[in-house]
Amino acid sequence: MKLSRIQELLRATMISEQGGDDPDIKYAKASDLMSDVLALSQAFSDRNTLLITGLTNKQVVRTCEISGIRAIVFVRGKNPRADTIELARQCNITLLACKLRMFEACGILHNSGILAPAGPCGDPRNAR
Amino acid sequence: MRAEALLHQEYAIRGGDFVNAGESSCKIRNTLRQIGIDSEVVRRIAIAAYEAEMNVVMYAHHGKMEVNVYPEEIRLTIDDSGPGIADIDLAMQPGYSTASEEMREMGFGAGMGLPNIKKNADVFNLTSRVGKGTRLEINILLNGKNG
Repeated sequence: MKLSRIQELLRATMISEQGGDDPDIKYAKASDLMSDVLALSQAFSDRNTLLITGLTNKQVVRTCEISGIRAIVFVRGKNPRADTIELARQCNITLLACKLRMFEACGILHNSGILAPAGPCGDPRNAR
Repeated sequence: MRAEALLHQEYAIRGGDFVNAGESSCKIRNTLRQIGIDSEVVRRIAIAAYEAEMNVVMYAHHGKMEVNVYPEEIRLTIDDSGPGIADIDLAMQPGYSTASEEMREMGFGAGMGLPNIKKNADVFNLTSRVGKGTRLEINILLNGKNG
């Protein structure tokens, strides 16, 4: 699913777009724990993965850069500070913000076909 | 005898510097990508480096991260001056953490760092002296367990 469609589904605001790029997203992870995001990082799939989080500090962007995640949706109406936005621009990571709670955002995206990345804690075969 | 490193880089890490935390690991990631290292190897090194860098920022006074690229493997060494780890077996248990509230607010300190580093390493060595500091050495083979 195109990120622009995800933006519509979540009624999200585009905070920082990267060069008009509209990546294809297949998977999502939702967490406020960056160590968990890193621990569940999977070979190859993270390129098509979206992070849903309520944390807005620079470490969120760093975590995505390290694991290869290309887009972040901030939930619960949170907006990142200028230094987080600037780092995302440097790292070529798209930032969106929505007013939904994390659970709601996850439900909408999962219902629309976005899956958990394959792995010990999120095998798409068990997810439906 | 070990071959000479094809690439050697060193980065200083300051304890408590949450603003720049992760910058060195991102630089290492970008350098390894630029020289054409396999993307899966880069991902594993970058995750291990980032978790290790965060550990120095969170717990130590200062540290040094060194990366050496050899024809067969990449070696990452992180030395820090700090409180050290009294019980390494306990520290290695997933979920065990002595993190402060500030660290947890940054999204770290969940007790997953060291197990996560080990998971991504082909060789993992952690030594520590209480009151002095900690040394972490990891090797990732260029044709390793996930490569």
